[in-house]
Amino acid sequence: MMKLLEGVIVLDFCQFLSGPSAAMRLGDLGARVIKVERPGVGDSGRQLTLNNLMSDGDSVNFQIINRGKESYAADLKNPEDLMSVRRLIDRADVMISNFRPGIMERMGLDYETVKKTNPGIVYGTVTGYGTEGPWVKKPGQDLLAQVISGAAYLTGDRDDPPIALGLSLADSITGTHLAQGLLACLVRRGKTGVGGKVEVSLLESMMDLQFENFSNYLNRDGQLPQRSKLGNANVDLGAPYGIYETKDSFIAVSMGSVKDLGALLDEPELMGDDDPMEKRDELKDIIARRLATDTTAHWLDVLQKGDFWCGEIYDWDQMVRSEFFTALDTLIDIRRPELEDPIWTTKCPIRVNGKRAGAGTFAPRLGADTEKLRHEFGL
Amino acid sequence: MKPLEGFTILDFSQFLAGPFASLRLADMGATVIKVERPGTGDSYRTNYGPALKFNGNNASYYFVNRNKESVSLDLKNQEQREKLIPLIQSADAMLINFRADVTDRLGLDYESVKKINPSIVYGEITGYGRDNPWKDRPGQDLLVQCATGACYLSGSGSDPIPFGVSVADEFSGMYMAQGILAGLYRRGRTGEGCKIETSLAEAMLDIEFENFGAYLNNGRKLSPRSEVNGVNPCHGAPYGIYAARDGYLALAMTPVPELGRLLGCEPLTRYTQKADWFDKMDEIKGFLRDHLKTGTVDRWLQILEPADIWCARVYNWEELLETEGFQSLEMLQTVEREDGNSFATTRCPIRIDGESLLNEKPAPAIGAQNQKYGMAN
Repeated sequence: MMKLLEGVIVLDFCQFLSGPSAAMRLGDLGARVIKVERPGVGDSGRQLTLNNLMSDGDSVNFQIINRGKESYAADLKNPEDLMSVRRLIDRADVMISNFRPGIMERMGLDYETVKKTNPGIVYGTVTGYGTEGPWVKKPGQDLLAQVISGAAYLTGDRDDPPIALGLSLADSITGTHLAQGLLACLVRRGKTGVGGKVEVSLLESMMDLQFENFSNYLNRDGQLPQRSKLGNANVDLGAPYGIYETKDSFIAVSMGSVKDLGALLDEPELMGDDDPMEKRDELKDIIARRLATDTTAHWLDVLQKGDFWCGEIYDWDQMVRSEFFTALDTLIDIRRPELEDPIWTTKCPIRVNGKRAGAGTFAPRLGADTEKLRHEFGL
Repeated sequence: MKPLEGFTILDFSQFLAGPFASLRLADMGATVIKVERPGTGDSYRTNYGPALKFNGNNASYYFVNRNKESVSLDLKNQEQREKLIPLIQSADAMLINFRADVTDRLGLDYESVKKINPSIVYGEITGYGRDNPWKDRPGQDLLVQCATGACYLSGSGSDPIPFGVSVADEFSGMYMAQGILAGLYRRGRTGEGCKIETSLAEAMLDIEFENFGAYLNNGRKLSPRSEVNGVNPCHGAPYGIYAARDGYLALAMTPVPELGRLLGCEPLTRYTQKADWFDKMDEIKGFLRDHLKTGTVDRWLQILEPADIWCARVYNWEELLETEGFQSLEMLQTVEREDGNSFATTRCPIRIDGESLLNEKPAPAIGAQNQKYGMAN
């Protein structure tokens, strides 16, 4: 059976994370992804390290984001190279870029120009804050988009300073939305033969990520939400929702009635009719005092027997030893051929007919496939 | 033409993860028909402890089910279930997120559905995967975050801090939408259907992939969160959120000595080795924290922005809504409710062919489209 996106050619002009992660997902689902990179330096993500980790000249992180792709080195400022890229674009199904607004236009690689010779192309762009308005030139970087979007007032507790989400989630959600738009246009093209243009931005995607809490705010007479005094996990959910310290570590307590919890914890103070949202902080204080008197294992046992939703809080050392993680069988080695040290990452989170999408391939060295592609496509 | 016009998605899912996937498909033009229990409907309508209610129901239900239709029937009743057959036959895709044994018992598993409609694209979201030893645990957002190490990434210190956004639900929904769309693409070419699965746990691992990759490839050594203004344990100084005299600003990747020169923070100019920006992040960030306290946000931005340093003011929503930058995105829409009232919410974050995708349908009352789809009573 063929892969879902078999035969689809994707040109990835993007750098860093948001765009490249969208291209990677299309690759996971069976598309052929070709990165178009500047000779000499390539995607700036090649030098952007996490924990200073490098391998074979490129950051480990770059290799994780770009596994399974090919690399075509071309200097878009050089007319000959640009011409070859135009020929490549004419053979592609999808192309994506995340330059600042105006740059693709200047090179004649904007959608209006490209679709003249390839009307079926699905053309995607990623920006930080859209293509018009005063923020067009603001740097489209993950942390900056997060803090502009208001997201830093959702995580952490009431008296904490603003706390960002500790992952590059603005990039991740934007890449995810980009992939969705591209796929939807490919579906439409299957019916109409015509391509389309897909635009996403970090800020719009961050608002979508926060849409529940943000919409609550919009419809609540201007009252900003407050993080709970302790163990906050969601500004709009009442007690007991959150995390609590126990005698030996921590426990997560999810949704359920405070009264039921009071009965299980044998805590009469929780058995009243207090509104779990209005009295959130008081109720959570009482729960915290009670849970501090015994161990996590004890309380998990008590709550699970009572079918109350709760769980342990793992770090990655604990997670990789847990049975759920082992059973997911999610690790994959993407080291380049003939290298000694493995590069571990996780497989695609999507399964198709019971099989994990995505092949166990590696990220390309800069320009590794230039000659091959020139020959194959007559560039 | 919205890209998914003419496609129909039959949606049995509840709460957030599944409905968030079908919301995106609805945003992009698909007809989404929710199948709900008579009387109480999708359990998200009555979810516990919400901060805001419409008509006595959880307001979030309305936000995530905007632009959908609803039929109601009792899935446990064999006779009523048979009424679904024409809907399953005519659907392009379906979506479900019950516990696997419930799905099987109701005859809504892929093998059974495929017999009714061989070319359907079938999507199933679970907490930890169908065959996982944790398959009977509640696949709830906070609990999955806690199981996947996500509480040790945000902020500073050693205590767990969960993400204050339902990221496990949302990303699993987003990946499901991707899988369904790719399935529909192939179906358009070959006529074949398929089964798409994802889980909250796998979605969490996927969004953690950069940082988890750093852990896996660094001898499985956990990266402690930065002691000073922690934001992401894997990025060195100055990455963080800093208090100024009158508010907060964020600084992203920036050469440390250059930052020191621009801000007049002399100690920073000594860190000329790039590796030190990570290895000595707390030391560097400590100098910066003490220095930035002495001026206003405006003052620092006026120095840093012209020099193309990656920085930004930290907004809350009230402040954000007042900015011209946000307003020019036209990110909000008003959606009517069936009782004549309306609510404000965000629109689809994806623009297609230069157009925003706005919604025309409200979130449905339970069984609002029963007549239309032959479900009446």
